[in-house]
Amino acid sequence: MSGKKGIILTGAIVGMLAVALVKFGNPVNMGICIVCFIRDTAGGLGLHRAAVVQYIRPEIIGMALGAFIIALKSGDFNVRGGSSPFTRFILGVFVVIGALMFLGCPLRMVLRLAGGDLNALLGLAGFAAGIFLGVLFLNRGFTLKRTYLLQRAEGYLFPAVQLMLLILLLVSPAFIFFSTEGPGASHAPVIISLAAGLIIGIAAQRTRLCMVGGIRDLIMFKDTHLLTGFAAILVVAFIGTLITGTFNLGFEGQPVAHSDGLWNFLGMVLAGLGSVLLGGCPMRQIILGAEGNIDSVVTFMGMLVGAAFAHNFGLAASGAGPSANGRVAVIIGLAVVLAIGFMNTDRAAEVKMKGDVEIGA
Amino acid sequence: MALNKVDARGRSCPEPVLLTKKALDRSPEGVQVLVDNTTARENVKRFAGNLGYNVEVTKEGQDYVLTISR
Repeated sequence: MSGKKGIILTGAIVGMLAVALVKFGNPVNMGICIVCFIRDTAGGLGLHRAAVVQYIRPEIIGMALGAFIIALKSGDFNVRGGSSPFTRFILGVFVVIGALMFLGCPLRMVLRLAGGDLNALLGLAGFAAGIFLGVLFLNRGFTLKRTYLLQRAEGYLFPAVQLMLLILLLVSPAFIFFSTEGPGASHAPVIISLAAGLIIGIAAQRTRLCMVGGIRDLIMFKDTHLLTGFAAILVVAFIGTLITGTFNLGFEGQPVAHSDGLWNFLGMVLAGLGSVLLGGCPMRQIILGAEGNIDSVVTFMGMLVGAAFAHNFGLAASGAGPSANGRVAVIIGLAVVLAIGFMNTDRAAEVKMKGDVEIGA
Repeated sequence: MALNKVDARGRSCPEPVLLTKKALDRSPEGVQVLVDNTTARENVKRFAGNLGYNVEVTKEGQDYVLTISR
């Protein structure tokens, strides 16, 4: 599966499964949300104690395992790392803090839009603005430098950790937290969530679906390849919510959302900019991590810690709107991510042209 | 004449494509791009193909050499 058909089909599968997962019990317009689900998993592990968002989400586990298995099979499993790992960790922290201000990762932003939540338009505008800023850095020579080959064993640990999470979910020992009310208590049966995750993981690995890549490539290269996947999710999820009856057009009273336009916008500026500097959206980081990209695994850990911070420090927005702490955190996040952008931009070290390849340049 | 070479190994998205774009801006007759993963290989191939170049891919150990020419 490759080319335009592959990416459209993958988008359609993601859109369809997202709607189906809501039907089976996931929160409305949250069939899949990478950031929200990482946040729920952080809660399930007790890394934060927000009682309404605690559940080890099998969708994430399924995506990682599906991508891992298909990458092994197709020869794409390739263990590497060392491209500014701690910078990526910090970017992961702030991408999540930005996304939790908006209340959704780029994927949920599309699903919210598909479900008629017009607040997501402000999110999308912010996301595009953040991507545009990121492209300015890239065009000026921003780079986190290259990765290097690592031992194969290093690459097996991320899928192994995901497997451990699945075991914790199934065994449900007393030290794992499960919400009894709120979004964390709304979930599809484990087997359905896991299967949906596996399918999405496989399709996303094969087609390299990325929510930030669509708008980025359109701005940078006038390439609409990844954007067609983005559009396919939107169209299919829109039709799906019409059929299942969850479609509800408007700004007010949207599920797991608030209508503070400015902060919806700024939250997604942070998420968009951070994702461009990382080279991919939160979903793509999981797929890359499963393929053996250890920098993406470090980014995942940053997102997990960021999600824990977001609730321990009261940074995440809620249906009532953004918190004061959350606004401060988003501003700090924008400052930090811009500083990372500037500090890793070296105009002099632009493209090196020479007769021979300089190893390690 | 030997084509200029670009080493894009280990770079995150979209750097391999961006490096290729900048190299082709300077030498429109063609370049050779060295990448080390299938994502970069496919992205560079699609980018150069969209510009009307021919792209030939050969495997060299762990890496891929993309010869982009008119």
